Amino acid sequence: MYTQALDSPGVGHAALASADEAERERRFQERIDRDEKIEPKDWMPEAYRQTLIRQIAQHAHSEIVGMLPEGNWITRAPSLRRKAVLIAKVQDEGGHGLYLYSAAETLGVSRGELIGQLLAGRAKYSSIFNYPTLTWADIGAIGWLVDGAAIMNQIPLCRCSYGPYARAMVRICKEESFHQRQGYEIMLTLARSGTRAQREMAQDALNRWWWPSLMMFGPSDAESMHTAQSMRWRIKRFSNDELRQKFIDVTVPQARFLGLSIPDPDLRWDEAGQRYASGPIDWSEFQAVLKGEGPCNRERLGARRAAHESGRWVREAAAAYADKHGDRAGAGRPGYAQAS
Amino acid sequence: MNEDWALYEVFIRARSGLEHKHVGSLHAADARMALEHARDTYTRRQEGVSIWVVRSSDIVASDPQEAEALFEPARDKVYRHPTFYSIPEDVKNI
Repeated sequence: MYTQALDSPGVGHAALASADEAERERRFQERIDRDEKIEPKDWMPEAYRQTLIRQIAQHAHSEIVGMLPEGNWITRAPSLRRKAVLIAKVQDEGGHGLYLYSAAETLGVSRGELIGQLLAGRAKYSSIFNYPTLTWADIGAIGWLVDGAAIMNQIPLCRCSYGPYARAMVRICKEESFHQRQGYEIMLTLARSGTRAQREMAQDALNRWWWPSLMMFGPSDAESMHTAQSMRWRIKRFSNDELRQKFIDVTVPQARFLGLSIPDPDLRWDEAGQRYASGPIDWSEFQAVLKGEGPCNRERLGARRAAHESGRWVREAAAAYADKHGDRAGAGRPGYAQAS
Repeated sequence: MNEDWALYEVFIRARSGLEHKHVGSLHAADARMALEHARDTYTRRQEGVSIWVVRSSDIVASDPQEAEALFEPARDKVYRHPTFYSIPEDVKNI
C-alpha cells in the first residue's frame, strides 16, 4: 500500500491522524537529511509523491515528444553514418521515456494514464521541443545544446532522494553523453571544415537554439514555484539559475572553438565572478510556448496522437494473440509489488 | 484511458559468471514480447548476455513496515562474523 490508511473522518480521529502524520513526515525528512534513498513501498508524504509524479511524467513526456524534431531528419541525414547515429539517438530517447514512465509507475500512477494526459494536451513537456528543426545544422545544435543542457540538469538527479528515479537517471546520463558529442561533431564538421554556406547554417542554428536552451533550466529562482521544497526533499540539488550559469560557462568556450558567436550582445567574461555575465532572457516567449503558442505545439501533439491511433491495431492484435495463447497477464496494478 | 499491458520486471545478466540483476520494468502483452522489449529497452549497448522477465504481480515482496522485525534480530549476533573472535598473532593461517 502506498497511500496512507486514514480511517474514519471523525474529528477525534482526524486530529490523531494528523499528529501521526506530522510525526511520520518528521521521520521521513530525517531519512532524507541522512541521504537515505526512498523506495517505492516506503511511506512518503502525499506531496512528495505528487511532486515526483509531476516531475518524472513531464520528463518522460519530454523524451517521447523529443523524438519528433529529430525524427524529422532521419530520412534526410547527409550520410549513412549520420543516419545510423540519428536512429540510435532517437531510439535512446524512446528508451529514456520508457525508463521514466516505469519510475513514475512505482509511485502508483499508470503509464496509460500519463500518456492519456499527454495526448489530451493536459500534460507539460519541455518547451524546447516546440521549436522546428529547419536545417541539418539543427540536429547538431540540438545534440550539442539541448542535450548538453539536459545533461547539466540530469546529472544531479542521479543523486535524487527517490531510488527508482535516481537509478533511471544514471542509465539516462550514461547514454546522453553520446548524444551531446555526436551533436558537437556535426557542428564541428559544418563550422570548421564546411563551406561558407554550411558555416552560416551552423551559426543560424546556434542563433535559434541558444535562448530556448537557456530556458530549458526553467524560470529564474525568484519565480520558481517548486524549487525550495524540492531542494528540501533532495529531489533537486541545484537551483535553476545555478545550473543555467554552469551551462553558459561550459558552452561559451565550445562555441568559440567552433568559430561561432553566441547571439547575446550582453555576453562578457566577468573577471571578478570568474563566470560569464549574460543578457536577460525573454520569459514572455517561454510562457507563450508553455501555453501552447510555440511554433510547433499543435504539430507535436498531432503527431503523437496520430502515432498512438495508427498503432492501436498492433496493440489490439498483440492482446488478442496473447489471449488466444492463454499468456495474457491481467493488467496488474502498476507499481504494486514492484521489485526494487 | 488505461489500456496498459501487464507489467514485467526485467533482470539482466551482464556477462557469464555474474548473477541476473534487476534493471527496471516494462509493459508487454505476453512473455515473449516482454523479452523482446527488454532486449530493445535495456540492452542497446551490450549490457547483457541473458534476460529474465517476471510478471510484477508474481513477485512477493517484504513490507518496509516489517523491516525491523525481519532484520533487527541479526544486529546483536556479531558472533556470526569472523572478527568477533580474537586469536593470538602467533597463530597463523586461521
